[in-house]
Parts: sequence; structure tokens; C-alpha cells
Amino acid sequence: MKQFMVFVRKEFYHVFRDRRTLLILFGLPVMQILLFGYALTTEIKNAEIIVVDHAGDAASQQLTTMIAASKYFDINASVTSDEDIYKAFKKGKVKCAVVFPIGFGNDLLHGQTAQVQIIADAADPNTAKTLTNYLTAIIGDYQQQINPTANIPMRISPVTRMLYNPELNGSMNFVPGVMALVLMIICTTLTSVSIVREKEMGTMEILLVSPFKPTYVVLAKAVPYLALSLIDLIIILLLSVFLLDMPIRGNIVLLFLESTLFIICCLSLGLLISSVTRTQQIAMMVSMMGMMLPTILFTGFIFPLENMPWPLRVISNLVPSRWFYVIIKAVMLRGLGIGVIWKETLVLAGMTTALLMISIKSFKTRLS
Amino acid sequence: MDTVILQHVSKSYVKEGPPALQDVSFSVKKGELFGLIGPDGAGKSTIFRILTTLLLSDKGSATVAGYDVVKNYHEIRSCVGYMPGKFSLYQDLTIEENLHFFATLFGTTVEANYALIKDIYEQIAPFKKRRAGKLSGGMKQKLALCCALIHRPEVLFLDEPTTGVDAVSRKEFWEMLQRLKAEGITIVVSTPYMDEASLCERIALIQTGQILSINTPANIIKAYPGKLYALMATKVHLLLKDTRQYAGINLCYAAGDKLHLSFKDDGKHHPAGLLSWLESKGQQGVRIEEITPDIEDCFIAKTSIHE
Repeated sequence: MKQFMVFVRKEFYHVFRDRRTLLILFGLPVMQILLFGYALTTEIKNAEIIVVDHAGDAASQQLTTMIAASKYFDINASVTSDEDIYKAFKKGKVKCAVVFPIGFGNDLLHGQTAQVQIIADAADPNTAKTLTNYLTAIIGDYQQQINPTANIPMRISPVTRMLYNPELNGSMNFVPGVMALVLMIICTTLTSVSIVREKEMGTMEILLVSPFKPTYVVLAKAVPYLALSLIDLIIILLLSVFLLDMPIRGNIVLLFLESTLFIICCLSLGLLISSVTRTQQIAMMVSMMGMMLPTILFTGFIFPLENMPWPLRVISNLVPSRWFYVIIKAVMLRGLGIGVIWKETLVLAGMTTALLMISIKSFKTRLS
Repeated sequence: MDTVILQHVSKSYVKEGPPALQDVSFSVKKGELFGLIGPDGAGKSTIFRILTTLLLSDKGSATVAGYDVVKNYHEIRSCVGYMPGKFSLYQDLTIEENLHFFATLFGTTVEANYALIKDIYEQIAPFKKRRAGKLSGGMKQKLALCCALIHRPEVLFLDEPTTGVDAVSRKEFWEMLQRLKAEGITIVVSTPYMDEASLCERIALIQTGQILSINTPANIIKAYPGKLYALMATKVHLLLKDTRQYAGINLCYAAGDKLHLSFKDDGKHHPAGLLSWLESKGQQGVRIEEITPDIEDCFIAKTSIHE
């Protein structure tokens, strides 16, 4: 036991004396969370829009004010004629244009039907669709406003309610995904590199020619990184709650237990990588590059798994972060308990046991 | 029973090409200082790795302190000290931390066996707060020796401990080995430096995975075939080339600023013949004298016969 403790302490020395490890350990999660939380988002805010008002009456001006007041649009006031619209689109800065025809207000009041033209840059179809939807909604609101009592027969008025995330805050989706990604990368990279470093530096030769059992070497490597990863988890949670307004609706103990399970799973994967690689560089490549892409692709936080063809869905089942993502979303956002996520937990536990057993078995008691 | 026994051990790393070890057998008596002498790539490190249970041999058997290297590897790992050829301590840990770590790993304390390492440790103790990676070559090796000794091993395996170490530190290092031998520790040490061979009790000369001879250094020198001469001239330029053209030459090679050479055993009086041959070639001030061979000369003679 004393041997074990002294080994763990040595690992901590390694971590705290190496700037590169510290950077990966504490810089990476902070950077990723901030990047995904703030910079990378699928929401569209402050899109540049042109309003060409040929009508110039009360109705068109009121509608223009409503568009300007919305957080989605910034009106570009420099363009006022139809010809200039196309020039502006060609420059690519303007995403959308609204054209009020002559007599817009008059048509609306007397003819009951007024037309307004919406032009969108559909080179990016998703943005174009989103922006026209926003505009249609604003126009609908205006119509309600000027004629609240209008009694259109047989009308269906949908009342939508966005559960768990009423503001459609994009970081709610990303943060659990990034948590899974960051923990996965850090745990596998650091453990694999730390074991391979012993091989590369030759210290593994001395460790093997000692009464300290090889199995203990594996475990003593895993313990410090488990502790450090838990600190990482706390940092990520603090950042998401206080900076990104993420709620933690579920049981925080359950959240930590599930995360610990996931971390152990990733550590075991790192141990496995270390026993099949020879140099730190290869171990780093395998665990960073090799893990990054599958994790991003198959976790489901960027590309929905439901839309993937079945072979890819099958592959995604092999990625531990995919299960952890489901668990953490259920616990953090929806406040659910173990009763709902026991299946995912069981899958993770199974993976962890298998990986740990394989990596201890494949840890060589001799060189080569 | 001898402490270290190797019997007909062979080992290949690759299927094609020459094996790393071919039918190597030797034994080391208890308390002996045994040297493995040979150039780089001769197979010295492979022998160490087989004896320290790090590698499995393809053929043959080996025992250390009575334990079989395959079956009882765990017992061997507790009772030997091993210092690999490459510096293998934690570079980012200080001298103190390294020593404490290895002491604890072997289930002992620095204090318990301090007497054994005291002489060595005191030399590096002033730097005990310095990280191992920042030490000089000689200090690194002293620290590595301390770490290998801290659990008072029965057998000490030192793989090229003096490679990359300055001449003064090398001398100190060998003095330490003599003291450890006096403590009753069996030591197997390898070195590519032939001058260090005479400091061992018995040596094995190794070349390309085969043992050329095993004996005491004195006996190996005594068994030198024929006579060895040293040749000097005022101008060394072309001396080697001219000498090699002489018909009676068996071996001729540079050793410092002289040439060492031996003649063919065909009953002719060659030294005088060589002198007149060289003078006819225009060499001036040529002198020749018979000398006692050293281990390096023996090694070269053995290698040439072998080839």
C-alpha cells in the first residue's frame, strides 16, 4: 500500500512539473467550454437585412420598426432601391431583404390582402430558412396586433412550449456534449501518454525489475488522473452554471457518480492505447486525433444520431461518450433519476469493465 | 551453486538476419565481479535483459540467485539491482525524490540501507534538491547506482555504467564497484572500454552475439597467440599502408600514435625484414619492439581468428 501511495505521489509530481500536461489538463476544458458556449453557435443573431419601403405609409413603418427591434436583425439603411438589393446580395454581407410595394398600407386596410416580398440568400439554405421564418413570425405578430378581434373561421392557433430550455439556448445542447468530449480526450490522452513515457524514458525497465506488480503500475497510473479529471469536471460544471447559465436540475451526486464511471471508462481506454503504442507521439496522435473525430461525430451533440444511416448508428454505439451524453443531458437538463438512465449506465459500466480487463491483461510484464 | 548461470542461450529479434545472441553460456560465482566486454551491438544489453527477466530467450535456460528467469521471474525481480544502459530515472524528480521512490518501491527505506550507498550518495548529496535531468553524466550514473543498490540486492546488473562518463568519474565508479564487491554483492558489469576489463575478476569477450573467451584478464593476455610488436616512425603518414603491404604481416592496426602488429607464424625472422622493407619504402626513424598485449589486442586477435 505504501508502494502504491508513493507511486501515486510520483505521478502528481510529473503532472505538476510539466507545463504541457497542465495545459492539456486545465487549459483545454476551459477553452473548449468557452469556445462552444460562446463562439460556436447555430443560432442566428443580428443578421444584416435590407428594408426597401416603396409604400412609406404608417403600416410599413410600423412593421419596419418591429423588424428593427427584433434581436435577430440589424437593418442596413444604406440601400433603398430594388437595383441595389442585388448588388448588396452579391457582396454577401446582406442575408435577407424585405420589400414593401407601393400602397402596402392601403391594400392592408381596404383590400384586406397586402403583399410584402421577402428575399433571402439561399446559398446557405439553413440560414435562409431560419431568417424567413423569423420574418414571417414578426409579420404574423403585427397582423395580430392591428386586428386582434379578427374572427377568421376555423383557425388553428398552435401554442408551443419549449420544455427544459424555453429560450432555446444553444449552449444547453453543447455543454453536455463538450463535457463528454473534453473528459474523453483528456482522460485517454493523459493516461496513455504517461505510461508510454515510462517506456520511452526507459523507466519502465526499472519498474518491471522491481517487486511492484505490473497490475499495480496500471492502477497507480489511473488513480491520479481520475482525481485530476474530477477536478476538471468541477471546473467545467462551474463554468457552465455561472457563465453559460446551464441548469443542474438533477441530483448532483448522481451526476458525479455517472461522470466518475465515464472517466474510469476513458482512463481504461487510455491504458489500452498505451499498451499498444511505443512512443509518446503515437500515443498522443491515437488518443487525440483518433478519439476526437469519433467523439464529435458519434456523440450526437453536433450531428443527430437519429438521422444517420444504420451502419453509422451501430458504430456510434461503441463510442462511450455517446452514452454519457444521453445520461448527462437527462440528469442535468431534465432532472431525471437513475430509473430512466439505468440502461445507458449499464452499457457504460460494461464497457468500462471490459476495457479495464483487457488493458490490465495486455499490460506486458516483460519488454516487447 | 553459481549465482548467475546462462546455458546455451540464443535470441533473435528478427526472423531474418543474424541473431542477437548465439549459444551463449557462462556462469558467475557468488561475490564475483564479472565483466562483459565487447563493442556496441555485441549483445551485452540483450544478456542483461534476459537475466533481469525483461526478455525471454528463444533457446537455452538461465538462473539468477537460484531462480529460473522464466518460471520464478517475480523472485528475481525482488533480489536483483538493475541499471540499464540508458539513464532510466525520473528526470523531473530530484535526486532525493528518485532515491526515496525506488527505496519505497522495493519495500525498504533509504535509512535502512544507507550504509551501503553512503560513500556514493555523499558525493551527490550537495545536489539532492536538483532534478535528475539537470545532473552531469557522472552524477546521473552515481544516482542510478544508488537507486539500484538501495534494496541491498544479491546480484547487481550494470549495463555500460561508464559510457558517456568522464575519465575521473569512471575511475571513481570502478573504485565503488570494488567496495560493493567487498560487501559480498555479485556484480555483472558490461563495458565497451577495454581498459576497464582488467578491473574485473573474470571477463567474457563478446562479439556479434557470441562469446569469444571467458577467463581472468591476466589469463586472457597470457593466452595471446604469438608475439605482439609496437612500431614507431618519425612520419606516421603512410606507415600503416606500407606495413600492411609487407608479406609477413598477420595483423596490423593503429593504437594511439603507434602501430600494433603481429607476424605470420612461418619461422622467418620478420621484425628485421619489416624494418628493411619500410626503409626501402622511404620511411625514416622506424623502431620496433615487442610489447605485452592488453585486452584490446587480445580482443582484436580473437575477432580476427573468429572471422
